[in-house]
Amino acid sequence: MHELSIAENIVDIIHQYVPADERKRVRNVFTSVGEQSGVVADSLEFSFQAITASTELEQSRLVIETVPFIIRCTECGGENRTEMGGRQCPACNSLDTTVLSGTDLRVREIELEDEQQENL
Amino acid sequence: MSVITIERKVLEKNDELARRNRDLFAQNKNFVINLVSSPGSGKTSLLEATLTKLREKITVAVIEGDVQTDLDAQRVAKFNVPVVQIVTNGGCHLEARLVYDAMVNVDLAKTDLLVIENVGNLVCPANYDLGEAHKVVVLSVTEGDDKPLKYPSMFRNASVLIVNKIDLLPYVSSDVETLKRNALSINPDLIIFELSCRIGTGLDAWCQWLIEQSTHRG
Repeated sequence: MHELSIAENIVDIIHQYVPADERKRVRNVFTSVGEQSGVVADSLEFSFQAITASTELEQSRLVIETVPFIIRCTECGGENRTEMGGRQCPACNSLDTTVLSGTDLRVREIELEDEQQENL
Repeated sequence: MSVITIERKVLEKNDELARRNRDLFAQNKNFVINLVSSPGSGKTSLLEATLTKLREKITVAVIEGDVQTDLDAQRVAKFNVPVVQIVTNGGCHLEARLVYDAMVNVDLAKTDLLVIENVGNLVCPANYDLGEAHKVVVLSVTEGDDKPLKYPSMFRNASVLIVNKIDLLPYVSSDVETLKRNALSINPDLIIFELSCRIGTGLDAWCQWLIEQSTHRG
């Protein structure tokens, strides 16, 4: 369950970008999670909610985009998604491949509610 | 709504601290491995068997990571090598910062090989770079030959695979060739050693590799 540690890292990044007096306005936090990153999206959402409850970020929520695991084959040049993180090219069966995407965890955008609306 | 564009890696801070560790290891010419596996695969036994063969040839220091107790540090200390225990108090993996803090108790300038034994867990430690040269994943044949497929992140992020407890092969249904094929389908670049810490088979090749890697840096 390292999703808690991952969620703490996301909160740290939000803190770096949003000054303390504006954090109550944070709403959607857009993140991307590689399908082979070893992180479970549901657990990450749960952890994020748990550590932001009763803080200035309590109205924020994680929006998680899953990034497919794609490999590029050196032999045939094909770029394909593989099931379960395999490195064998589905087109020509070569193992001479490189990973293009699907292992990263990223924070992409933070959405803030406008100040006027907050005061309504 | 206003939007702040960020585009940053979530674990960027750990990666930065891992780079700081790596710089420090480079300055001191240390060869550093991060031993990872599920609990009970034989990481500490491997360390003991390795220390028996290596301690007179190269200088070794050990950082032990466990959720609780310093039992592993006690086992390693019997070999008269410097050992630091990190107790994570529930944490399921080591992070670069914990390793940095532990290093104040290690004389890196006098160390050829630094072994970091991670918390026993085949999932979480995969994501955390500690500054090591290699993640070395230990998988015992009693765990089953399907584990590389079930826990692919660890096998993808490791560069060395140790297949342990091969003396038990007659008693289990694991097949080493299937195990290796599964591991290589996740990571074709894995360097593989097959060994038994209990009866000593295969230890010489592993130790020879460690000596070569450790001394090529000096």
